[in-house]
Order: sequence, then structure tokens, then C-alpha cells
Amino acid sequence: MESGSKIDAFSQFELHPVLGSMGAALHLSQSPVYMAAAALLVLAFLFVGMRPRAVVPGRLQAAAELGYDFIHQMAVDTIGPKGTTFFPFIFAIFFFILAGNYIGLVPYSFTFTSHIVVTCAMAAAVFIISILVSLRYQGLHFFAHFMPEGVPILLAPLLVPIEILSFLSRPVSLSIRLFANMMAGHVLLEVFAGFTIMLAGLGMLGSVLAVAPIALNVALTALELLVGVLQAYVFAILTCIYLREAVAH
Amino acid sequence: MPASPRKPAAPLTALRAFGPVLGLTPGVACAETMPQLDFGNPYLLWQVVWGAVIFLVFYVILSRSALPRVASVLAARRQCIESDLEVAHRARDEADRAVDELRRARHDAAAQAQANIDQVVQEARRAAERQAHEMNQRLAADIAKAEERITASRQEALARLPEIATEIARPLASKLLAPAGTQVGDETLSAAVRTSLSKAA
Repeated sequence: MESGSKIDAFSQFELHPVLGSMGAALHLSQSPVYMAAAALLVLAFLFVGMRPRAVVPGRLQAAAELGYDFIHQMAVDTIGPKGTTFFPFIFAIFFFILAGNYIGLVPYSFTFTSHIVVTCAMAAAVFIISILVSLRYQGLHFFAHFMPEGVPILLAPLLVPIEILSFLSRPVSLSIRLFANMMAGHVLLEVFAGFTIMLAGLGMLGSVLAVAPIALNVALTALELLVGVLQAYVFAILTCIYLREAVAH
Repeated sequence: MPASPRKPAAPLTALRAFGPVLGLTPGVACAETMPQLDFGNPYLLWQVVWGAVIFLVFYVILSRSALPRVASVLAARRQCIESDLEVAHRARDEADRAVDELRRARHDAAAQAQANIDQVVQEARRAAERQAHEMNQRLAADIAKAEERITASRQEALARLPEIATEIARPLASKLLAPAGTQVGDETLSAAVRTSLSKAA
């Protein structure tokens, strides 16, 4: 974390091989392990929560049903009647990101959503799926979206590239938003934690002053809890919006 | 003490470390410090492969098993609530019907009671009328009898009138005619009385 007079805020994002030589052969770093942990956590939440199958749910079952209803409502409200088809996908996206963000807040753990390649891959998956859904539901009419209706044909050379550009920028903004939020939050936490260690090294007065960054980190953790769920929600709702455009005629 | 030289350096290094986030430092610093962009590390891109596999498995388990399980519980609850509601509605309808029946029965009973009262009153009135009628008849008969008796008495009195008049007339006649020494016979007297009476009548 902290070496010499330097706060190394980025080493937390480094990837290390795990599980010895087998892990090295499979190119397995701690990141996929945390992905699997996130997925297992969500599945455990659902399976353990829904095990009582009670008509009057307990706390965990109520929470599981709340999560289900929340995403289902969002998918159906945003996408429309076809939302139920895409609901498992939206649910998987939302809870995968949410669990990843929250697991990352546990000290000494790793946040896979702070890796641009991961968020980029997810955004690309959403982008490709929305294009495939568009072609499936609209056929070649999908390409008509790049030329807004009722616009003079003279403006086409200007408008079509702009529309294509805005369409192509969707996965970029989708991936960078999540990645940048998560990385910024974790860098901030690391920096303030580094301040605490530095101040503690200054002796009596420093130890007293070191309480301030700790208090700030507590507040930042609360903020990160908010950002974690907010970014998962933003990713999921944007996926819903793209899919709505894809299924609309 | 190693702490003292650290102090002035801390904000600077923090800024340098924090810089890429804010976009303050040039790209070179980013490439050096950001493991996320270290494409020389094979683990970086293998994350995508592993991530895809894990996400796919996650999605399949969710869509095939976990989410249908939640859906079935929610559907069962909805059905349970709906059937309970239906039972409640039926019970309410029955209660409404029972209340209606009760109200109708009470209404019928009130009507019946009123009819009974009317009938009793009618009968009492009729009985009173009959009694009054009988009384009137009896009184009328008594009156008729009394009048008969009066008529008979009058007849009797009228029949005895000539006799009484003769009885009265005899001393009168004897007193009037005595000084003249004339005697009047009974038959003459009664004939004279009868004649004057019939004249008076």
C-alpha cells in the first residue's frame, strides 16, 4: 500500500495469479475468483432466501423478492411487455455489478468492476445483444434509425454520421462510467488510508490528526455503498433503454 | 526519524497518484500507474474470457433455476391472495344476502302484524256496530211496545169515556132537574152523552 513517502493507490488494481501453477496455466487471476464469488453470492442470496417458500416471507426471502420485483418492474416498465424476455439478463447484469462493487468494498478484496476491460466487455455484450435484438425485431428497418424521420434529405450527410457516432459511443460511455466511478472511489479510499498511516508516523500529534482521514474514509465508504448500487442501477437501466429501442417498431 | 521528511511530500504524491482520476497528470503517468491498462499482463485480457464464462454460467443458473423459483413463489402467493379474496367476497355476498333476507323477513313480519292489527280493529268495529244495531233494535221494539200500550190505554180510556161522562152527567142532570121534579132515565142520559160526544169528536 504505502512504500516510502509514496502512496501507491494503484497497486490494489494489479492482477496476481492465484491457485499456483494450475491457475497460472489457466491464466486465472484474483479477478475471476471475485467474479465467481459475486455470482455465487447472488445465487446463494436467491437460493437460501427463497428456500422457505413462505407465503409470509422472512427477512431474507423478503429481500430476495424485493430484488426480483425491483428488477422485474424496471425491465417491464422500461422495455415494455417484452421486458420479461430480457428480465433474467437485466437481473444478471444488475446483481453481478452490484455484488462486484460491494465485494470490492471489503478491505483486502478486489473490485473487478474497476477494470476497464471487464466493464468494456460487459458494455460490448449489451451493445451486441441490443443490435442483434434490433435486427431480430426490426430487420433492416433498424438502419433507418440513423436517419431521423421528417428530416430533409440534404441534411443526411451531416446527420447520419452524427447518429452513427452517438450510437457507437453508447458502449464507451457505458463502460467508462462504471469503470471510472469504481476506480475513483477505491483510489480515494486508498489515498485517505495512506494519509492515516503517514500521519500516524509523525508521533503523538500525528496520531491524533490521523483520526480525520479515518473519519473521512468512513464517510467515503458510505458514499461508495451509494455509488456501488447507483452504478449498477445506471448500467441496468441503460441496458433496458437500449433494449427498448431495439424491440420498439 | 523517517516521519519528518515524509510530511511535505505527502500531498504531492497523493496528487500524483490521484491525478489520473482527475485528468491532471499527463498520460505517461497513467500508463505507469494504472494496472488496468497494462496490456502486457496476460491476466488482464484473460479476465474477459473468465468473466464471460462466469457470467454465462451465472445467467443460465439464474434464468433456468433461481429466478423461476422466485417467480413461482410470487405466483403462488398471488394465487393464494386471490383465492382468499374470492372466499372473502363470497362470504361477504352471503352475509349481504342473509342481511337482505333478514330485512325482508322483518318487513314481512311488520306487514303481517299491521294486517293483524287492522283485522282486529275491523272486527272490533264490526262487533261494536252490531252491538249498537242490536241495542237500537231492542230499544225500537221497546218503544213500539210502549206505544202499543199507550194506544191500548188510550183506546180503553176512550171506550170508557161515555160511561164516565154518563156517571158525571147523572148527578148533574138530577141536580138540575130535581127542582122541576122531572126524572131522567138512564138510557136517555147515555144516549144524550153519546150524541154530544160523537158531535165533539
